[in-house]
Amino acid sequence: MAASSKKWVLGVIAIAVLLPLLQPVFPDVVSNYRLFLVSTMIIAAIAVLGLNLLTGFNGQFSLGHGAFYAVGAYTAAILMDKLNVPYWATIPAAAIVCFIVGYLFGLPALKLEGHYLALATFALALAVPQILKYKWLEGLTGGVQGIVLMKPEVPFGLPLNEDQWLYYFCLLVMIVLFWGAANMLNSRSGRAMMAIRDQYMAADTMGIDTALYKTVTFGISAAYTGIAGALSASAIAFVAPDSFGIFLSIKFLIGLVVGGIGSLLGSVLGGIFYVLVDNSAQSLTQFIRNDLGLPFDLSAYTVFGVLLIAIIYLMPMGIAGGLYMAYRKLRGARA
Amino acid sequence: MEQLLQQFASGLANGAIYACVALALVMIYVSTDHINFAQGEMAMFSAYISWQLMDWGMSFWIAFVLTVLISFAMGVLIERLILRPLHNAPVLSIIVVFIGLLAIFNSMAGAFWSYLIKEFPSPFPKADFGIAGVIGPHQLGVVLVTLIVLGLLFVFFRYTPLGLAMRAAAQNPQMARLVGVRVDWMLALGWGLAASVGAVAGIMVAHIVYLEPNMMGGILLYAFASALVGGISNPAGAVAGGFIVGILENMVAYAGNQIEKATGVYIIGNGEKLTVALIIVIFVLTVRPAGLFGRVVVKRV
Repeated sequence: MAASSKKWVLGVIAIAVLLPLLQPVFPDVVSNYRLFLVSTMIIAAIAVLGLNLLTGFNGQFSLGHGAFYAVGAYTAAILMDKLNVPYWATIPAAAIVCFIVGYLFGLPALKLEGHYLALATFALALAVPQILKYKWLEGLTGGVQGIVLMKPEVPFGLPLNEDQWLYYFCLLVMIVLFWGAANMLNSRSGRAMMAIRDQYMAADTMGIDTALYKTVTFGISAAYTGIAGALSASAIAFVAPDSFGIFLSIKFLIGLVVGGIGSLLGSVLGGIFYVLVDNSAQSLTQFIRNDLGLPFDLSAYTVFGVLLIAIIYLMPMGIAGGLYMAYRKLRGARA
Repeated sequence: MEQLLQQFASGLANGAIYACVALALVMIYVSTDHINFAQGEMAMFSAYISWQLMDWGMSFWIAFVLTVLISFAMGVLIERLILRPLHNAPVLSIIVVFIGLLAIFNSMAGAFWSYLIKEFPSPFPKADFGIAGVIGPHQLGVVLVTLIVLGLLFVFFRYTPLGLAMRAAAQNPQMARLVGVRVDWMLALGWGLAASVGAVAGIMVAHIVYLEPNMMGGILLYAFASALVGGISNPAGAVAGGFIVGILENMVAYAGNQIEKATGVYIIGNGEKLTVALIIVIFVLTVRPAGLFGRVVVKRV
C-alpha cells in the first residue's frame, strides 16, 4: 500500500471514530437512527468484501452469498438464544462455522466454472429460506417465526447509548477484517489467489495448489460474509428465514459490481451504496406518487437492476475503478 | 395406489411446465452459451401481460396468442438492445446483466400490478375433461399444451429453412455466416422463441401457483434441474429432464409422506421441494455435468 493511500485510510478511520462524538453538537444531523444506518452500511461493506475476496480476487462467481450470511446470522442467533453466549463471542463462532460451510461448498465448486458455478450458487440462494424452515431444525431456528434477540448492551459502563456502541463495535470488526484482507492480499497467498484468477493454467503449472487455494478462499469468503451476518443478527436483534432469499444475494452482487470488482475500497463504497438505495427507495416512491402523481411503486430493485446493467456498460470497474481512472486521466492531463 | 397415480399425474403436469422453461433455457444456452437467470421472471412478466389483456376483456386464447407474440418481441428486443453490445464481454458481466434483468422484471411487475396474489383462470372446461381421480382438467390441459408447443418447435427446427438456419447459426456461427445466414438475427430470434416458450409456461403455471411477482422462483430452480438432468445442450433432453424431475419431485414428496405415515418420522415433504432441486442441481453438476443426454464437451488445453 502506498504511503499516501495509508494516510487516506487513517484519516477516514479517524473521522469514523469521531462521528458519534459529534452527536451532542449536531443532534439533528447525527441522529441515533443515522448511526444505526451507518452500522448497517459497515455490515454491508463486510459482506461485500467477503464476496469480493471470492469473485474479485479469486475469480469464482457466487450468486448465493446470502446463504453464508444466513448461516452466520443463524449461528450467532442460536448461540445467543440457546446458550446465552455474549454477542461478541458469536463473531468468531460464526466465522468458524461459515468457514467450514464455505470450504465444503467450495469442494464441488472446484469442478464448476463460470456459468455453472453461478448456477449452483443461484440454486443455493433460492433454497436457503426453505432449508432454514426445515422441520428438524425448527427447535433451533424457530421455523417461520425466526428468533427474537436482545440488542448488545454497552460494556464497562461506557458513556454511550446502544446505537453508538453498536456502531463502534461494527467499526472495530470492520477495521480488523479489512486490515486482515489487505495483508492477506499482499502476501504470497494473496498473489497466488490472484494468479489463479488471471491465469489458472499458468498458476497450476507454477506449482500453486489451485484446488487448496480455491476451496480455502471459498471458506474465507464465506467466513467474512458470515461475520457480517452475525453482526446483523446482533444489530437488528432478529432473524427470520424469509429475509435471506435470493434478493439478499443480489444486493451483495450490486454492492460488488457498483463498488468495484477486485477492490477493497470498492467493497466499502458498494456496501454504503446498496444500503443507501435500499433506504431511500421508499421516499423516492412517495416522491413519484405524491409529487409526480404517477401510480407507480418504485422498488429499490428497479434501481438496482438498471444500475447493474448500466454499470456493466459504463464503468466495468465499478465506482472505485471509475474514480481512479478519472483521477489518473486528470493527473495525466496536467503532467 | 390411486394416490400414487395421482401424484404421478400431477408430476407429469408440473414436469410439463419445467420442460417448457428448461427448453427456453436450453434454446438460449445452445445459441449463445449463456444461462438466462432472468428466464423465470420473463415468464412471470408474460403471465402478467396476459392477465392484463384478459382484464381488459379479451378471451383467454386471444390473450394467450397476443402474449406469446408480445413476449417474442420482448425477447428479440432484449437480445438486440442489451446483450448484443456485450457479445465479447467476460462471463461475469453477462451474469450480472441477467441478474439485473431479473431484478428489473420482478420489481416492475410488482410496481405495475402490485405484490398482491391474483387468481388466474384456467381455459380448460371443468367437466368432461381429465380423468376423474387421476388427473385434473387443468393438469391434463397443461400437458397437452406443452406437447403441442414441443411438436411445433420440433417441426419448425426440423422442417423449415429458418429453423435450419437457426440450428446452423448455433452450431457453427462462422460457417453459417459464410453461407449467408444472418447469425446476429438468428440469435435474436432464438431469444424471441425462448421468451415465447417461457410465456406459455408462465401462463400455464399461473393458474396453479397463483399470479404474483415471485411465483417463478421455485419453478426456475426446477427448470435448471431439468435442463441439467437432460443435458443443458440438448433440447429434447431438457424436455425429458423436465418430466423426469417433475415426477421425481412428486415421488420424493410422496415417499416422504408414506414414511411419515408408517414410522411417524418426518424426513421430507412439500416444504423441502427447493432443497430437493438444489441437491439435484449440485449432484448433476458435479457427477455428470453433461446430463443424461448431453454431449460431453472435451476441452483442449
